[in-house]
Amino acid sequence: MTTSPTVSGSLRNRLVLTLIGGAAVLAILLFLTVRSYAAKVAQQGQDDILGASVSSILDAAALRDGHLEVDIPYAAFSMLSTPSDDRVFYAIYQDGEFLSGYEDLSLADGPIEGRWAFQTGQVRGERVRQVSASRTLVGLGRQTEIEVALGQTQDALSDTLDQISRNAAYLGIGFFLLTAALSFWVTSSTIGQLNKLTTSVTRRGPQDLSPFKKPVPKEMAPLVTSLNSLMGRLDQSLSQSEDFIAEAAHRVRTPLATVRSYAEATLHRVEREDNREALKAMVRAIDESSRAAGQLLDHAMITFRADHLEREEIDLVVLIRDLVQRLIPIAEMKELTLSLSGEPSVPYSGDSILIQNAVRNMVDNAMKYAPSDSAVEITIIAHPEPQIQVRDSGPGFPPDEIDTLTRRFERGQNAVGTIGSGLGLTIAQDVATAHGGALILKNRSKGGACVILSL
Amino acid sequence: MKFLLVEDNLDLANAISSRMQLDGHVVDHAANLEDARAFVATEEYDLILLDIMLPDGDGREFLRQHRASRLDTPVIVLTARSQVSDRIGSLDLGADDYITKPFDHAELEARCRAVLRRKSGSSKSTIEVGGIIFDPVAGHLTVDGVTLSLRNRELRMIELFINAPGQVFSKQKLADRLFSYDDNVSDNAIEVYVGRLRKHLEKSGMKITTLRGLGYRLDHDD
Repeated sequence: MTTSPTVSGSLRNRLVLTLIGGAAVLAILLFLTVRSYAAKVAQQGQDDILGASVSSILDAAALRDGHLEVDIPYAAFSMLSTPSDDRVFYAIYQDGEFLSGYEDLSLADGPIEGRWAFQTGQVRGERVRQVSASRTLVGLGRQTEIEVALGQTQDALSDTLDQISRNAAYLGIGFFLLTAALSFWVTSSTIGQLNKLTTSVTRRGPQDLSPFKKPVPKEMAPLVTSLNSLMGRLDQSLSQSEDFIAEAAHRVRTPLATVRSYAEATLHRVEREDNREALKAMVRAIDESSRAAGQLLDHAMITFRADHLEREEIDLVVLIRDLVQRLIPIAEMKELTLSLSGEPSVPYSGDSILIQNAVRNMVDNAMKYAPSDSAVEITIIAHPEPQIQVRDSGPGFPPDEIDTLTRRFERGQNAVGTIGSGLGLTIAQDVATAHGGALILKNRSKGGACVILSL
Repeated sequence: MKFLLVEDNLDLANAISSRMQLDGHVVDHAANLEDARAFVATEEYDLILLDIMLPDGDGREFLRQHRASRLDTPVIVLTARSQVSDRIGSLDLGADDYITKPFDHAELEARCRAVLRRKSGSSKSTIEVGGIIFDPVAGHLTVDGVTLSLRNRELRMIELFINAPGQVFSKQKLADRLFSYDDNVSDNAIEVYVGRLRKHLEKSGMKITTLRGLGYRLDHDD
């Protein structure tokens, strides 16, 4: 009866993927930003030192007697020392002519007068950051331009950069993991609200159509509202049809009761035998029809309840004792003794209305066939499985029909002359099957029938 | 015994009343809840028979008020619903028993008796005739100071005789009263029960006389 909905995508996956994807992009961006910023800062540091160094070399240059003298100050190189022992190259040019230093360290292109020009290049197979600067010296009638290129390998810088990158990577990964964990948590707590609602819908019994009252998040309120209104409508239409059935039963059964009561009262005043027989036949027909109608309704109700079995904790002994109490007046009318024996308490998880109805049918059956002044024994046992046994000392079941009696509308050969619908044992068997048990029909060795409802 | 019958269907109410009057009971009939409340306020009843669907309300409402007012008159609900679908829960609301329409009067009587016995143990009105005391609720017959417990059919038979001393009951009438419509009644069943009653009445001032071809009658022992 339950139709599975068409599934398209998953909210959980969508949420998790979006959140984790976003977290990954953010983590990578974070890593790149931190690293490039750090690289910029580190490069700036190296450039500043290189600049200061080249300035101090230029400052040391002087024209003496028309000759250029450059006395490279010690500080110019010492300020460039690094923990990684980076190598330093220099080259001094005068008016474009190489003067001293490393010849393969060329000057930066373009004008360099008055300011530092930085560039990164290869010198002797090593990556070198170099600065070029120039200074114009004016002497006696002479003007000369001195240019200095100063380069430094970048081992310390790349060490620092590696370290910073590693830290930035740790930061990025940490950020990613934290965000991923958060997104899982957020997703499952969001989806959890839905699951909670689903569970509480599923856990409801088939009779429970009351609205949901537990607080739900604001976003789910419209869903719960429409669910409640759907259930309200369902409840209304169910109770309408229930009222209708009750009203219909009332309308049909009340006149039947009238006819029956009149027939009975008339029977006491009528003397002629054929009239009396007619009245009795009338009463029997009314009993038969009302019993059949009742049992058909019962059977329909039991089929419904058995399909949606709602188990509750019950004590079979208490349940059956209540039933026996109600049946005692009927037993007394027939001068039968109803006896209940067995365990003092048999806890069981099942549908009390179904079990009570099954046993009622079993006892009704026994009382119908039991001879006057005899006993109908009801025994409840707990082991190996809970069983309710009903024994009578009537004629028993016809041996060749014992297997077919639980079929719908099937009645035994010896049922002729008794009122019944042929549904009683069917109901009992349906109830047993719904509880995972069986209905066993036997004849007792010393005569009489024994029906066992094994649960 | 005195009954209040709350039933809106006049035909059914008449049928039940006349059937119960046959058994010697007094029946007041209320066709709606208003009348029923008025009857309960002024009269005292042994038992109330209550229909659930009434023109001016729900019988269960009456039941609730009745219980709330601490009246302990037993109530048997007459319902049109079958057992399983019975979600009315009249028993929870304080009904002592219920019976499904249409019903066998013998069953109604048996239920009334069972309810009354459970409530009080004995009848408020025992019947005394010719030195015997009969308690129809407890099913006791006291003869010569000795109290006997009667079997159900003995009880129903003596009730019939005691309510109409001197009246002749044919075998058929007795059989109708004692057996239900699907009982297989043997030819000598009535003789058996008459024999038992005669034994119970041996030491009393009453006896059951056989009138050949007509039936039986409860007479004073002369």
